[in-house]
Amino acid sequence: MSADTGTAAATTPVGSLEAHLRACRAEGRKLLIPYLTAGYGAEWTRLIEEVAAAGADAIEIGIPFSDPVIDGPTVQLSTAAALRAGTTPGVVLDAVEGLDAGVPLVTMTYYNILFHMGLKRFAEGLTRAGISGAIVPDLPLEESGPWTTEADAAGVETVLLAAPTGSDERLARVCERSRGFVYGVGLVGITGERAQLAESATTIARRLKAITDKPVAIGLGISTPDQAAEVAQVADGVVVGSAIIRQLIDNGFDACVDFVGQLRAGLDRG
Amino acid sequence: MSATPVDPTDGSGLTSLMGEPERGRFGPYGGRFVPETLVPACEELEVAFTTAWADPTFHAELDGLLSSYAGRPSPLTACTRLSEQLGLTLLLKREDLNHTGSHKINNVLGQALLARRMGKKRLVAETGAGQHGVATATAAALFGMSCTVYMGEVDIERQALNVFRMRLLGADVKPASSGSRTLKDAVNEAMRDWVATVEETHYCLGSAMGPHPYPWMVRELQRVIGIEARQQCLDLIGADPDVVTACVGGGSNAIGIFSGFVDTGAELVGVEPAGGKAIGQGVPGVVHGMLSYLLQDEWGQVVEAQSISAGLDYPGVGPEHAYLADLGRARYEQVTDAEVIDAFQLLSRTEGVIPALESAHALAWVSRARDELAGRVVLLNLSGRGDKDVAQMMDILG
Repeated sequence: MSADTGTAAATTPVGSLEAHLRACRAEGRKLLIPYLTAGYGAEWTRLIEEVAAAGADAIEIGIPFSDPVIDGPTVQLSTAAALRAGTTPGVVLDAVEGLDAGVPLVTMTYYNILFHMGLKRFAEGLTRAGISGAIVPDLPLEESGPWTTEADAAGVETVLLAAPTGSDERLARVCERSRGFVYGVGLVGITGERAQLAESATTIARRLKAITDKPVAIGLGISTPDQAAEVAQVADGVVVGSAIIRQLIDNGFDACVDFVGQLRAGLDRG
Repeated sequence: MSATPVDPTDGSGLTSLMGEPERGRFGPYGGRFVPETLVPACEELEVAFTTAWADPTFHAELDGLLSSYAGRPSPLTACTRLSEQLGLTLLLKREDLNHTGSHKINNVLGQALLARRMGKKRLVAETGAGQHGVATATAAALFGMSCTVYMGEVDIERQALNVFRMRLLGADVKPASSGSRTLKDAVNEAMRDWVATVEETHYCLGSAMGPHPYPWMVRELQRVIGIEARQQCLDLIGADPDVVTACVGGGSNAIGIFSGFVDTGAELVGVEPAGGKAIGQGVPGVVHGMLSYLLQDEWGQVVEAQSISAGLDYPGVGPEHAYLADLGRARYEQVTDAEVIDAFQLLSRTEGVIPALESAHALAWVSRARDELAGRVVLLNLSGRGDKDVAQMMDILG
């Protein structure tokens, strides 16, 4: 694929997630992929732009779902509030369409949202909204065929998760099918802030880096700039969600953006 | 007779009721829509169950427990006064007489044995009315395992007695405080627990739902109801019943009894609560690891079910029921809370049997459909006893 060439980034529009992340990596930059909940807070769209400006290399946008089984209390709080505020997938796609974040955007939502809208319609909706990729955490490899067929056709990159519980053979198959980047699951558990970095975060990073050339970002349980830097010693980058949402809940918009800046600085320090 | 006998080997797809569903599918339904972290655990469970189910030693152990501990076989009771009143022959399969008071123990003893085989030291479960939670806590006590049961905050309130029972049995009962705070949310919390503890924990799912292999495994473990009931009907009346009916939430008691009669001419009727009619609504969706019929809004957000019965307060349904409905091999009726309250009292007064509110749904349908059923033999799976519901009914009836 075009992303395999180091010079592709210059000619590939920001819309291509993998090409963009590879280009960042080629420059020696560690990848920062913050998660934000769509519809949480009145200024959520402006937050996406500010977080991009604070040093994100791509942004994961959560479309709220009623039954988020992989999410812990912090993300649940934000998605439940967004749902109460009337945030539908339609509202999210319309709002994102008008954004100019300057970095690739990736949705993160559960399969029933895609399934109910219709896989083709959802994929085309993402493309129309200028969203490059999709993360569907309850759609494992074996069930992903119908969706990836539509996503591939629409040019949407489907990011698959690779978990510590997977065998080497399984991780290889997940990496093979993943597009955009490989999302390494940093711990055996659900999303949420953790005081300590799980040992499994660096272990899964090492296992994935040994078998794939695709960008590898580790997420779940990465909560501080130091933790991010530690994981990024092995991985190409990190996904940070709950810790960012926690800042937004407790300290507000500016503190949230500031925290993303701190994560950037942590990664740059190495 | 509307339904004709189906040949299970004719390639129609009905073999799903006879053996293991290929790739975990019942027609288009079922599947394994779980977070990546859980896929290896589901695969491990599938292998473990497949192996155990083919192993006579496992069956001997399970059968021994079912008879010496749970009290099987459960009797078949021919209702005399109520049959006369309704103008039909009503037979009750008495799962209410099992240890812990419902059919749930059949499934739980099987899964606990399996968990021990897999070297798991801890059981986690969801519960609605508390019947499955009590059964799981019971099995955990019996096997010396630790046990955590998730229960919606709303249900903890309306089923206080079962909460106390579970704690008495040594289980840790944790409230599910998100969403509708009922069974659906208890399943979410149990799955989140399992994602984090999968290496030492077995998720003892209580119904014929969830990711593969659960719908298949739970049906196999509940099949004993159907096998016994078929023989008991032959012994009692010398024939298969005309109609087999059971309440449907996730649908484990119904699939258990249906599986004994799917290859007969008996009409199969599942009864859903009007406020939780996943099949009645007929919109497919994906939640809790499975593709099946699911109550949801125009955007695919799961809608909260509403039922007087905590055990049926669930927006989805087991995938095999979705398939049976599509095939037309079973049909699914809906009854209201008011009809259920009437049926609850009806059985209590005419037969001296206080049914669980869940099981009273099936009777509510029989009572409503008495004209259609006139003169026919109706086998009703009385899935649980109503002791747990007495306090709630006292409030309602005053």
